[in-house]
Amino acid sequence: MTDLDKHRVESLIEGELTWDEMRNDVLPDPKDPDRFEKTREVLQDRVDWDDPILVPLNDHLYVVGTDDGRVVRAECGEDLCEVDENWKRSCEVFVREDAEEFEELYEEYMHVDPDWAFELREWYCPECYELIDVDAVPVGYPVIKPFDPDIDTFYEEWQGRPAPDRESTETAAD
Amino acid sequence: MSKPESELHDPETTTRDREFNDVEPPIGWDGQTLQEMLNESEHLLEETGHYRGLDELELKEQDPFQYEQMYSRLRGALVSARETALHVSASPIVREIGELCFQIYTPEGDSVAVSTGIIVHVHTGSLAIKYMIEEDYEHGRGIQPGDVFCNNDNDLGNVHTTDVHTFVPIFYEDELVAWADGVTHEIDIGGMTRGHDQIASTNRHEDGLYATCEKIGEDDKLYQDWRDRGQRGVRTPMYWDLDEKCRLAGCHMIREAIHEMIDEVGVETFKQFLYEAVEEGREIMESRVKERMFPGTYREAGFHPIQWEDKAWQPGAQQNMMNHLPVEMTIDGDGEMELDLEGATPPGPHPFNCAKGSMEGALWVYLTQSLLHDGKVNDGANYAVDTNYPEGSVVNPQDPERSYHTPWATIFSTYLAVSKCLSNGFFSRGFREEVITGYGEPGDALQGGGKLKDSVADAIPDALGDYWPVGPFDFSCQGLGASACRDGLDYGYAMFNPEADLGDVEEWEQTQWGLLQLSRRVKPNTAGHGKYRGGSGWEGLHTIMGSEDVSMYAFSIPTVTWSAAGMSGGYPGGTSYSVRVHDTDLAERAAADEPYPLDDQPVGSLEEQIEGEEVIRDQDGMFFPEEFENHDLLRYQTSGGPGWGDPLERPPAKLKEDIEEDIFTPDIVEQVYGVVGEYDADDRDFTVDEEATKQRRKEIREERAERTQSFEEFFEAERERVEESDWNDGVQYMYEGVFEQSDQWAEEFREFWNLDDAYSP
Repeated sequence: MTDLDKHRVESLIEGELTWDEMRNDVLPDPKDPDRFEKTREVLQDRVDWDDPILVPLNDHLYVVGTDDGRVVRAECGEDLCEVDENWKRSCEVFVREDAEEFEELYEEYMHVDPDWAFELREWYCPECYELIDVDAVPVGYPVIKPFDPDIDTFYEEWQGRPAPDRESTETAAD
Repeated sequence: MSKPESELHDPETTTRDREFNDVEPPIGWDGQTLQEMLNESEHLLEETGHYRGLDELELKEQDPFQYEQMYSRLRGALVSARETALHVSASPIVREIGELCFQIYTPEGDSVAVSTGIIVHVHTGSLAIKYMIEEDYEHGRGIQPGDVFCNNDNDLGNVHTTDVHTFVPIFYEDELVAWADGVTHEIDIGGMTRGHDQIASTNRHEDGLYATCEKIGEDDKLYQDWRDRGQRGVRTPMYWDLDEKCRLAGCHMIREAIHEMIDEVGVETFKQFLYEAVEEGREIMESRVKERMFPGTYREAGFHPIQWEDKAWQPGAQQNMMNHLPVEMTIDGDGEMELDLEGATPPGPHPFNCAKGSMEGALWVYLTQSLLHDGKVNDGANYAVDTNYPEGSVVNPQDPERSYHTPWATIFSTYLAVSKCLSNGFFSRGFREEVITGYGEPGDALQGGGKLKDSVADAIPDALGDYWPVGPFDFSCQGLGASACRDGLDYGYAMFNPEADLGDVEEWEQTQWGLLQLSRRVKPNTAGHGKYRGGSGWEGLHTIMGSEDVSMYAFSIPTVTWSAAGMSGGYPGGTSYSVRVHDTDLAERAAADEPYPLDDQPVGSLEEQIEGEEVIRDQDGMFFPEEFENHDLLRYQTSGGPGWGDPLERPPAKLKEDIEEDIFTPDIVEQVYGVVGEYDADDRDFTVDEEATKQRRKEIREERAERTQSFEEFFEAERERVEESDWNDGVQYMYEGVFEQSDQWAEEFREFWNLDDAYSP
C-alpha cells in the first residue's frame, strides 16, 4: 500500500516528484486510504480563506462550505456560483474559431479547419483570469457542467463522517 | 487469386490425426443445457446482484492459497500460450507487436482470466459464445470435443473485422467445462481495399471476409473448405494461415493446461473456482471505484469529424459528417458505475460504426488501465458497470448490414470523454497521479499495399508472394495526455493496447518490401499545451521503391476538428495533416548524392526540399486510397496528448527543455506560455529572458481580460447562431441526427438554449 506523508502530498501537488518516486511510491496499488483527507488539509493550508474545502474540482476550483451554503470558489477567493449551478456560467469566456485565433496556439495545418464551425472555448476566472478550463466543441454545443459531486454520500457513506461544513450541525444535534 | 504453391498450405503438414468421442447433449453441468446454465446465471445476477448468486467466496475463504494458485496457474497458462503461439505467426502485427490475446470463459461465456496482449477482445469473445448458446448450437450445429469455431462478425461479438477469434470448447468427460478463445489482428481481411482498418467501406458487403460464429473444424482439424476460403479470400494467405494456426495452437495449449489442473484439483473445485473468480472480479471493480472515485455525475463529450464530401467513393458517403459521442458517468453510493451515451449519433455510411460489444470491450480495456491494474481482470468488471449504449446509434447499431471495419475512431473519441470523467473523480479524491487528460488518438499512419516488380521479387522468399501489405503499427506510439502532476508520455502510448509498441523498422521492412522509411522525427507543436503538457507525437516520411500497382491511404485522427480538449485549462494537441508528393526527383538526387527531404519542419517546407510534379498538402490527415509510383513521398504524423492546467503556470525551465527537445518551437512558446528568450538552434540551446518573460506573461493576462466576454454575451451570440443553424454541413449532420435519435438529448438542448419545442436544427 502506498503511504504518502503530508510532505509528499505537498510535493505531489506541486509536481515536484521524480518519475522514480512516482513509480515506486505513488502509483502502486492499493492506494493510501487517507489520501483525500491529507490532500484536503494541504490544499486548505494553501488558500487564503478559511471556509472548508469540500471537494477539489480542478487546479484552481473548489466546492467550499460557507455560512450561506455550498459554493464553487476559485482559488483567488472569487465565488462563482452555488454548488448545484454550472460554474462556467460565471466565467469570462474567449472563443477561438478562425485560423488567426487558432494560430496563436498551433501551427498552420495543425488546428481545426475553420470551415468546420468548431470552437475552442476558454473559461477564465472573472477575478484573476486564471484559465480554468478549455472546451473543444462544435458551434452551438451546450455548455456542459463536468462534475456534480454527491458530497454528503461521499463523506457520510464512504468516509464515515459528516462533511466538514456539516460537522458542527451534527455535533449540535448529538 | 491463385492458391499459393507452398508447402505451408498443404494441410497434411499442419494437422495431426486425433479423434474425439462425441458427447450427447445436454453438455452443460449437472445435466443442464448451456442455455439453461446461461438463463440461471443471468437470473441469479439479476436477483442477488452477485455473479451466480455468490454472496460469499467459499473456496477463496476456505483455501485462499489454492484459489490464488489456481488463478495464477490459469493466467500463466494463458500468457504461456500467447508467448509460445505468437511464434507460429509470421505477421509482424502478431509476432512483433503482439496483437493477439488468449482468454478462458465459463461454459455460459463469461471471461474468467486473460493473457497479456490486446485484451480489448475479452468481452467480445463472451458475446460470440453467448450467441452460439442462444442459437442452440448445442443441439443444432453441435458443440463437441475437438470442435473449432471462428467469429469476426462484429455485430455478434468482435471489435472490428480484421480481428479474428478462434474458439475451442474444452470438455472434461462429458461436460463442457470452459471455452478457450484466441484472437489475432489480421493484416488483411479481403475487404474492398487493402489495409486492416479500411476507411472506404460503407456497408458489410465491402468489409471483407466474415465468419459468423462458424464451425470451422472438428477433431482438432480445420475443414478443408474453410481453409480454402481463407486462402482465396484474403490478399495475404500466408499470414492468414499462420495466424490461424497460432490461434488454434494457443487454444490447444490452454485446453491441455486446464485438463491438467482439473486432474489435480477435481472438476467440482475447478467449477467453483471459475464462478468465484468472476464474482471476485465484480467485487474488485466496485471496491476500486469506492477507493478512487467520488460519487456523483460526470459529463463529457467526444466528437469525430468525417470530411468526405469530396473524398468518399460511394455516392451516399459523399458528405461531411460529425459523430457525437456524449458520456454521462454516474457513481452511486454503493460504488456502482453507470455509463450512459444517450445522444450518440445514428450509424452512418462509413466504417466507424461500433457494435455494442466493441464499446463494451473498449470500456473494459480502458478500465483495466485506469482502475483495475492488478485485480482479477475478467467479465466481473463488466457486470459491475451498468451501460446504456443506445440501440440504433453509432455505438450500438444492432444492424449487421453496417460497415464495422474501423470502429476505433468512435471508440477513441468516446473514451477520451470517459478518461476525463474518471480523471475528474481521481483528482477530487487526491489521486493526481492517476489523472490522464486523454491521449493522442491512434489512427493508422499508413495502410495499403503494392506488388514487387519481377526483378525485385526474385530476391524475396517464395512463400510471401509478390504482394506486400502495408499495416505498420506506428500508431501505437502516440502522445499520452498529461496527468495532474506530470507531463504526458512522449510518443509511447496506444489506448487500445497498453503493451503495444511500434516494432522495429527492419522487421516491418521485411514485410512491406516496397515501402521504405526515409525518416522519423519528433513533431514540434503536436503536444497539447498546459501547465503539464501532453506527450508529443512524431512525423515520418516514406517512399516507394521497386514496386508497381501501389495504393496507400491514411486513417488519421484528429484531423479537421479535435475530439476533445485537455483538462483544468489544458489544450488539445495539434491536429494531423497530410502531404504526398508524386513524380519526384528522389532517384536523381540519390544517384547524384544530393540531400533528400527528411521531414516537413518547419511546416510547409517539404516541397521545398524535393522536385515533384504534384504536391497534395491537405489539412485533413485522412486520405482515401491513392496510387503511388516509385520515389513518390508520403509524410504522416502521430498525435500528441492533451494538456493539464493553465499554460502560464508552466515553469520557464521546462519550456527551455521543450524547445531544446523539439517538443515546441520558440514562437509558439512565446505566444502560448509567454516565455521569451534566444534560441541557438545549432547548439540546441535556449536562453530564457526572465524579465521579458515576466512582462510577456503579464501582458497575456491583460489580454485575457480585454478579449474575453461574459457568459451572457457569449450565450446570446451563440444562441443566435443556434437559431439560424449557423454551422457547416458536418455539424448540421450531427445535430440533425441526434435530434432524430434522442428526444431526451433534443429536449436538453432546447432547454439549455431557451428554445421553443418547435426548434430543430
